[in-house]
Amino acid sequence: MFDLDRWEEIFETIRKNKLRTFLTGLSVLSGIFILVVLLGIGEGIQNGIEHQFQNDAENRISIWPGRTSVDYKGLNKDRRIQFKNKDYDLVVRKFEDNLEYKSSLYRVWRSMITYKSESGNYRIESVYPDYQFLENQTMVEGRYLNPTDLNNYSKVAVIGEKMKKELFGKATATGEYIMINGINFKVIGVYSDPGGDRAESRVAIPITTGQRVFNGGDQIRSMSFTLPTMENFDQALAASEGFITDIERQLKQTHTVAPNDNSAISINNTLKEAKRIYFMISSIKIFFWFVGIATLLAGVVGVGNVMLIIVKERTKEIGIRKALGAKPNSIIWMILHEAIFITAIAGFLGLFLGMVLLDAVGPMIKSDFLRNPAVNFQVAVATVVILVIAGTIAGFFPARRAARIKPIDALTDE
Amino acid sequence: MIKIENLHKSYKTGATSLHVLKGLNLNIEDGELVSIMGSSGSGKSTLLNILGILDEADEGSYLLDGVPIKNLSEKKAAVYRNKFLGFIFQSFNLIGYKTALDNVALPLYYQGMKRQPRLEKAMDYLEKVGLADWATHLPNQLSGGQKQRIAIARALASDPKVLLADEPTGALDSKTSREIMNLIQEINDEGKTILIVTHEEDIAEMTKRIVNLKDGVIIDDKVIEQKRALDYV
Repeated sequence: MFDLDRWEEIFETIRKNKLRTFLTGLSVLSGIFILVVLLGIGEGIQNGIEHQFQNDAENRISIWPGRTSVDYKGLNKDRRIQFKNKDYDLVVRKFEDNLEYKSSLYRVWRSMITYKSESGNYRIESVYPDYQFLENQTMVEGRYLNPTDLNNYSKVAVIGEKMKKELFGKATATGEYIMINGINFKVIGVYSDPGGDRAESRVAIPITTGQRVFNGGDQIRSMSFTLPTMENFDQALAASEGFITDIERQLKQTHTVAPNDNSAISINNTLKEAKRIYFMISSIKIFFWFVGIATLLAGVVGVGNVMLIIVKERTKEIGIRKALGAKPNSIIWMILHEAIFITAIAGFLGLFLGMVLLDAVGPMIKSDFLRNPAVNFQVAVATVVILVIAGTIAGFFPARRAARIKPIDALTDE
Repeated sequence: MIKIENLHKSYKTGATSLHVLKGLNLNIEDGELVSIMGSSGSGKSTLLNILGILDEADEGSYLLDGVPIKNLSEKKAAVYRNKFLGFIFQSFNLIGYKTALDNVALPLYYQGMKRQPRLEKAMDYLEKVGLADWATHLPNQLSGGQKQRIAIARALASDPKVLLADEPTGALDSKTSREIMNLIQEINDEGKTILIVTHEEDIAEMTKRIVNLKDGVIIDDKVIEQKRALDYV
């Protein structure tokens, strides 16, 4: 394979036939370039969409009450349903083994919160320790709530990163005391939330403390759960749907709600949403792959075509070479070797340019639906290799045709 | 050196078959300078192609330096062409993007010779045809006579047994033609067997033997008194 003389022969032909080389290379280069950019955009769209729906745990099920819309068992419609601790306890007791994370929520929409001379209005969420995971939050400093805090009715608070910046600036918040509704709470941690500024302008306190301090009694606003993740997406979806049906029946029974009343109790299943999104993402990806492969195919056909033209153009030269003693194999190799070399160089150049473009332009894109367009390097290299192989195969037939050219025909072809 | 017996060749074009060579017998000894004459259609080019292993006869035998040329594979034919034969064409057939030196070195490349000795040997042959100073020029920078000299150097490079020239002066003016013929005569003087296909009387007279071909048969084969090309100047 590594025959220095043959390489010299090829470099010479390439050097002396710059336009031909350039045109062959260009068709390959642009094919790979387009493929890389397309795959990058596909990846970017996926990242964008995934980011949009990443705010909460992806298999989260949320339940909150509304008003009845149907008369039932002597009760008027338009009756407001109020969840209580016992509703949450019932669900937990009944489905204990099937739940991964669970929390109920008692919410105060706006409350004045003060730290030294700084103050602002923030939403207060009284929750269980699991709430951190239901909201997909990560700790920036300190810790989240724990069961002891709940048992002791501790006056502790975990605040969002945005809120921390507004009240504390650059200073450490953990260990400091903030005043909520006139009561001192100790900050035990700061969280960040993929939901962004809005989700980080909140403060989480133990639900026991919250209900007591804000006169909530045993009322809760909503409850959220996740089920353990499963291997198979469809299995997970079926499990969550079954869980929802059970809970819905249970809660409707407790609150005397008609089975066909859809507005009294609302249930949101993120998983179901996720299924739609995954389907969308995979459709987009399939589309981009299809376009990419079609581009590659066009590239391969292009290479084959150029090879045919090259063979045609070099017919006479091939005739001369054969008259001088070139063996058929050496003719095939001469054509193929050049094709492989140009295809490989142009392919990797196209790959490089595509990646440079994605790298340069990618971070500048500030669209919700296009984020970090990037291409899997291995996939990209594999496509180049496939193109080179396919190009070789496409080039083989013209090359073989070249090898079969009869010197007399080639030489009298004037 | 060349021995053919009862050589037949026909070309099929559709339903009709054209019988071009009708039983040729020819014997060419080592060191001869032979011209094959005939009008167009006489079969002289076909004969040359068969002698050059570019085409194959339908019938009859062909011995080249004692080796039977029959049913050769493409690969074998290529090796024989390289080893036994040197071609000189009317239209020179130099490779346009290669320098004079690289053109001459090409048969040596196909012999598998390494680059350095290959180029040195090619340079020797360029000197022999008087074009050493033009080694790095491309064919389109050379005159017709110079191109044909390069082609002759190339034909000689692989040190073949026989030189086959197809109308070597066909594209040249008479002065240049004589210069080329002079070169061919000099090469023959050194003992190389040379075969020239031509339809020009004065070119044929510069060889040592004229074989006349008409309608696929040899009608005349005579040894003549060679006229030296230099005498014409």
